[in-house]
Amino acid sequence: MSYPKFVNPQDLDRFRQQAVKAEKSFRARVLICATGCRSKGALDICEAFHTELASRKLDKEISVVAAGCHGQCSRAPAVVIEPLDFLYGGVIPEDVAEIIETTLLKGKPVERLCDRADGKLAPTMKEAPFYRRQRREVLAHCGRVDPKKIEDAIARGCYAAAAKALSMTPEQVIDEVREAGIRGRGGAGFPTGVKWGFCRKATGSPKYLICNADEGDPGAFMDRALLEGVPHQVLEGMIIAAYAIGAAHGFVYVRAEYPIAVEHVEIAIRQARACGLLGRNILGSGFDFDLEVRMGAGAFVCGEETALIASLEGKRGMPRARPPFPANQGYLNQPTTINNVETLANVPLILEKGRDWYKALGTPGNTGTKIFALAGKVNNTGLVEVPIGTTLRQIIYDIGGGIAKDRPFKAAQTGGPSGGCIPAKFLDLPIDYDSLKKIGAIMGSGGLIVMDENTCMVDMARFFMDFVQQESCGKCVPCRVGTRHMLDILTRICAGDGQDGDIERLESLGHEIKAAALCGLGQTAPNPVLTTIQYFRDEYESHINLKKCPAKECRGLFRYRIDEKLCKACGRCLKTCPAEAIKGEKKVPHVIDQQRCTLCGSCFEQCKFDAVLRE
Amino acid sequence: MSVSTMAPLEPALKVIADLAPVTEGRIIPLLQKLQEAYGYLPRDVVLEVVRRTGLPASRVFGVATFYSQFRLTPGGRHTVRCCRGTACHVRGSKAVLSAVKSHLAIDDGETTPDLKFSLETVACLGTCFLAPVIMVDNDYFGSMTPGGIKKVLDAYQ
Repeated sequence: MSYPKFVNPQDLDRFRQQAVKAEKSFRARVLICATGCRSKGALDICEAFHTELASRKLDKEISVVAAGCHGQCSRAPAVVIEPLDFLYGGVIPEDVAEIIETTLLKGKPVERLCDRADGKLAPTMKEAPFYRRQRREVLAHCGRVDPKKIEDAIARGCYAAAAKALSMTPEQVIDEVREAGIRGRGGAGFPTGVKWGFCRKATGSPKYLICNADEGDPGAFMDRALLEGVPHQVLEGMIIAAYAIGAAHGFVYVRAEYPIAVEHVEIAIRQARACGLLGRNILGSGFDFDLEVRMGAGAFVCGEETALIASLEGKRGMPRARPPFPANQGYLNQPTTINNVETLANVPLILEKGRDWYKALGTPGNTGTKIFALAGKVNNTGLVEVPIGTTLRQIIYDIGGGIAKDRPFKAAQTGGPSGGCIPAKFLDLPIDYDSLKKIGAIMGSGGLIVMDENTCMVDMARFFMDFVQQESCGKCVPCRVGTRHMLDILTRICAGDGQDGDIERLESLGHEIKAAALCGLGQTAPNPVLTTIQYFRDEYESHINLKKCPAKECRGLFRYRIDEKLCKACGRCLKTCPAEAIKGEKKVPHVIDQQRCTLCGSCFEQCKFDAVLRE
Repeated sequence: MSVSTMAPLEPALKVIADLAPVTEGRIIPLLQKLQEAYGYLPRDVVLEVVRRTGLPASRVFGVATFYSQFRLTPGGRHTVRCCRGTACHVRGSKAVLSAVKSHLAIDDGETTPDLKFSLETVACLGTCFLAPVIMVDNDYFGSMTPGGIKKVLDAYQ
């Protein structure tokens, strides 16, 4: 499709009215998540809807949209039917004919594809437990538009906030954002408006704007969802930010591991350029701004702003000491602002609805909403957007549906390798940047991994230290050598070779690395270890003194055994064992050959009679 | 290294032409495009690119060895990526990874002798709801168990 070039805000508004009209010519819309859900066959479902609707000659009244993420990833592939607002999960192509017959023609829900609340059917998103307690503002349009079509975004008002910002002075824009109180969503929580103000005031030209989409925290996927689902919202945020700081050129630095995000952003940039929303004299304002996409090459440390800049300059991605801060000396030594994807996706909302509306969300000092990527051993995994200040219990139990298999909650991990493990006693703590910091964790980018009693906290600490050690760029000694020592000690403890004094050694190393490392990666790397020692010290002691892993996760510190009385000799474990370590036949209780057992735990997960014991 | 094994240069020349002017700031996109064209970064080709562009070889190889995306040896026909992110970890990806390793009899970063599979671990594929997940080329396989590995990998030729 070719797009008209808008030379003023009125052109944009006219185009919006046309887009709305075009959309209204359909009486219903089928919105299929074609991003995250693609891995569960969403494209086949799109195809099935197209074919089936065409064969029934309904394709002129019902449109099929390959949309972005609906949020509830545990029910993938997910399909939303507008205007009924029904959300169907676990859809397969064979369901399509029935959805058309029952829902699109008769307006009734297909019950087996619906969620339930308190035992009752909850077909709409408003009723579903996963959604009813969320406040989806930044994600409002994610899953509701085709990310490859700028007209869908504009129909929902996208770029109107940019037009409004361009009619203000840059200082007014910065004021609005600063007063709204938004803090950077990438992790550290620095006030965005203040950051912009520094760059605006910095001397030097040209200035640069960088969108940090190098979402490397394992367990965080909100930036991916935003770029894949609402790329134009992020671009709009960038236009506003660039205008505020006075940048004419920008980059989207995105992970190569996110091919759909790269594709959608590149399409969005091309379309925005065609419409005159990027390029020279945007909407007749006299402001010039253009963008290019750069792909990260697989280095976690490049999420750190000075390392990211080094990477953009074609160097090894190593951080440098700050100050000078990028606001004064960034890309090519010019004033540069680096904002996270989610931060930029918030910006249009602030401009559109105003600082007071924004401030009313969240708590004083921690305004707005935060998107969490809920994963791990929780029933409803996916993207959750809540006002900052919501408690962990509300997120994990009310929205997340509790722990899988009703096991007890043990800890939640926030902030990835830089964050900490939060124990059950803080379930009712309102989560914000400051409260998390107080208990040793950090907000981070918003990954929230739930753990149950089967997760070993020492192994968890070892896991993160292993990650940090691999990703340490090697420039400064505290991080390069210190994390290696911490990892060696943790590996030793997990193998049952822990020594007296190991806990204290970990604590002292941890505090020294925090104080001395060059960049955020090293300064926060000990957090997972220090918080697990603080809240789960007994587990460390058990590993070291008793050579036992209470969670039965550390190899060598437990074994699997089949209880003869409980075993029904069904053969499930026998079939699933990849090491062929289980012997037995019909009606004879099975036995694990300890010599061959690799401790993979497949039999434990498979057994329906709880006959596989860990001891 | 004998000259006769050198990969054809044409794809590299096209990459240089597409990116021109190839400045130091564009080393990463340059290497990404070269790897796309060759499947890995053949040493001879990179040296030739260095010669033609005037970029310092130390800078180019410095970058190529820093970032985990770049490989200096050929990979297998299929790449198996085992996600070792947090969500996958708590759902048992360690056991899945060991099962892949023992099934293919290779370690992380290695290629099977028949050049059929390469094995990589990744920090996070961003598909935590599928945990534990492995990816073979562009296909995702979620909720993996150690026992399910053989069936998944046997489907690839």
